[in-house]
Amino acid sequence: MSEIRMREALRDAMAEEMRRDPDVFVMGEDVGVFQGAFKVTEGLLDEFGEKRVRDTPISENTIVGTGVGAAMAGLRPVVELMTVNFSLLALDQIVNHAAAIPYMFNGNVRVPMVIRMPGGGGHQLGPTHSHSFEALYLQVPGLLVACPSTPADAKALLKAAIRDDNPVVFIEHESLYGIKGEVPDGDDVIQRFGEAAIRCEGSDVTIVGILKMAHVAEKAAAELEDKHGISAEVIDPRTLRPLDLDTILESVRKTNRAVIVEEGWPHGGVGANLSTLITEQAFDYLDAPVQRVTGADVPMPYSRRMEQAAIPHEENVIEAALATTEGAFPRERQD
Amino acid sequence: MPRSVPRYGLCMAKVPDRQICLELLGRMCLIRRFEEEAGRQYQRAKAGGFLHLAIGEEATFVGTTSVMRDDDYLIGTYRTHGHALARGTSPDAVMAELFGRETGTSGGRGGSMHIFDWKRRFMGGYGIVGGNLPLAAGLALASQYREEDTVTVCMFGDGASNTGNFGETMNLAALWDLPVVFLVENNLYGMGTSIERHSAVTDLSRKAEGYGIEGERIDGMDVLEVRERVSHHLEEVRSKGRPSLVEAFTYRYRGHSAADPEVYREKSEVEEWLAKDPIESFIRRCLEDGVLNEDDVEAARREADRSVEAAVRFADESPEPALESLYEELYVVSETMGWYAVDERSPEPHRGELGEDAPEVAKNLAESGASHAEEARERQSREGVRE
Repeated sequence: MSEIRMREALRDAMAEEMRRDPDVFVMGEDVGVFQGAFKVTEGLLDEFGEKRVRDTPISENTIVGTGVGAAMAGLRPVVELMTVNFSLLALDQIVNHAAAIPYMFNGNVRVPMVIRMPGGGGHQLGPTHSHSFEALYLQVPGLLVACPSTPADAKALLKAAIRDDNPVVFIEHESLYGIKGEVPDGDDVIQRFGEAAIRCEGSDVTIVGILKMAHVAEKAAAELEDKHGISAEVIDPRTLRPLDLDTILESVRKTNRAVIVEEGWPHGGVGANLSTLITEQAFDYLDAPVQRVTGADVPMPYSRRMEQAAIPHEENVIEAALATTEGAFPRERQD
Repeated sequence: MPRSVPRYGLCMAKVPDRQICLELLGRMCLIRRFEEEAGRQYQRAKAGGFLHLAIGEEATFVGTTSVMRDDDYLIGTYRTHGHALARGTSPDAVMAELFGRETGTSGGRGGSMHIFDWKRRFMGGYGIVGGNLPLAAGLALASQYREEDTVTVCMFGDGASNTGNFGETMNLAALWDLPVVFLVENNLYGMGTSIERHSAVTDLSRKAEGYGIEGERIDGMDVLEVRERVSHHLEEVRSKGRPSLVEAFTYRYRGHSAADPEVYREKSEVEEWLAKDPIESFIRRCLEDGVLNEDDVEAARREADRSVEAAVRFADESPEPALESLYEELYVVSETMGWYAVDERSPEPHRGELGEDAPEVAKNLAESGASHAEEARERQSREGVRE
């Protein structure tokens, strides 16, 4: 175990996989000489050279499409898009090509590639650099979608993504790049897709959170315990496709209440989807309607006050959890 | 407004030896016959969706594939039945794909616009205009990365030369010295919009200038000129590792798709181009030269008839894809992704839909959907063939 930052964990994952497999290469805008817009690819150019760490022009759709073509011919590209907002310029290649090709050509060709993209708000970058599009990619059959919240998961999931034969949309959160965490040593620690993590066990309410919201959910859970005597179970799905619905349903059957926290927009969101799945499959176990805590239904504003108001915080999660437990538990701890 | 048929090249390409002429003639006749029959089968509702025929454009892709190496990559658009056939894909498999059958090139999952044949390095037809250009760069990058001397031929229409992908990919390919021959099949129309109305520069070969690469306009109706010039470009690209742009001037005799009333062009223009029919003019050339005789031509036409009849029979007799296979080939299930939910709505079990359960779950889900499809099919047959 060693304590490293999320960006280092991601970099180590790429470096280790590049050492292991000569077909793995990295390309994207400013991933080489500049060392990555968020310094995630720092040091890779020095170690692997320009053939395997390729700076590209600003041409998102072609960067991804070139990756798809290279993957069809058997290479394993790791494409970095500078932000999830910019990934919209590459939606055609991601959805119409990367995701569709294996199926539309009946499995006669595969697209083993990873498309990394950081997103999320909190840095006053306004309405074109701060969004969360997990729900958008989650919708597309043919893609795998990862959304790690810890350095250990980031590394282990990215290594799995690079080894996997399917196209993977790998969503990172800009605010998490600097967080530190214990990461197991060893080249072969990978995290399989489709296995949720239970961040803390609890019995009264299930809180599901992804990316930065997994941390917000954990903090909210601690406060629920301290101030309200409510025991929350926090689940981080880690991947949205495949989704470990079993773990979530099992938890909901135990707690009978669910809150879903995400930074993305409310309509057609991760929470909307998950709440439907829970309602369809665990309705009889629910003691209260499923609650969603989401980003505000607006393009992300610039003003610090407004931006913070548009992003979910602990108090929003606590409020939602309390709404599900209304009347079932004392609102204040009885000292 | 009708346009005169342009003539390019001061000296005509030489007639190659008899074997090559027979091969070129055979392929072009087969493809012409195949496309005519595909049109008929579409009228009978045996083939669904959209159907884009390349009748008139045969010389461009037959000439091109005839000078490609077996290990070169070819990638095309949604008008590529002929490209696959030119590369050697069996007419049976292409027709079966049009019929949506299990034996089709894509098992009935792709259809007319998405023919694919990995063995012949035909890397697919693509339904998004310009969508195949970045893929071509990627295939070429793989060749360069592995230090192979294979070249990718990327064929696309005049309309695609206005897409962002064109600019992005030409720049990237030139910047990275990727071995791609970009070949514009300029048939003068992006769907129903004529080139004068869709491109600021109508000499598309000049679009190469902005990327610092060679661009050349050739007569795409003359299979021998296509052979000669594309061969030159292939070898230049192969030896120098620089991309180039070839604009082949060609013409489609049929509409953009089977559902095209062709209000955007005059009959006289079509007739003018018909006089330059790539197959008839090649036959005249071969007969004049004496390399082929009337019997050879007759034999090529008979063989094309026979192959296409057999392809229709094969497609017709082939089974529909099994409903159990609806979710197959969507993902590769492996150590890193051990399972996926066939459909999250299905009740239990969840992390299951493990490999062995998937076909059964998929079948149940698909059967309800298929009953709708059957109803639609019956309705269609009650109402007769399509317009």
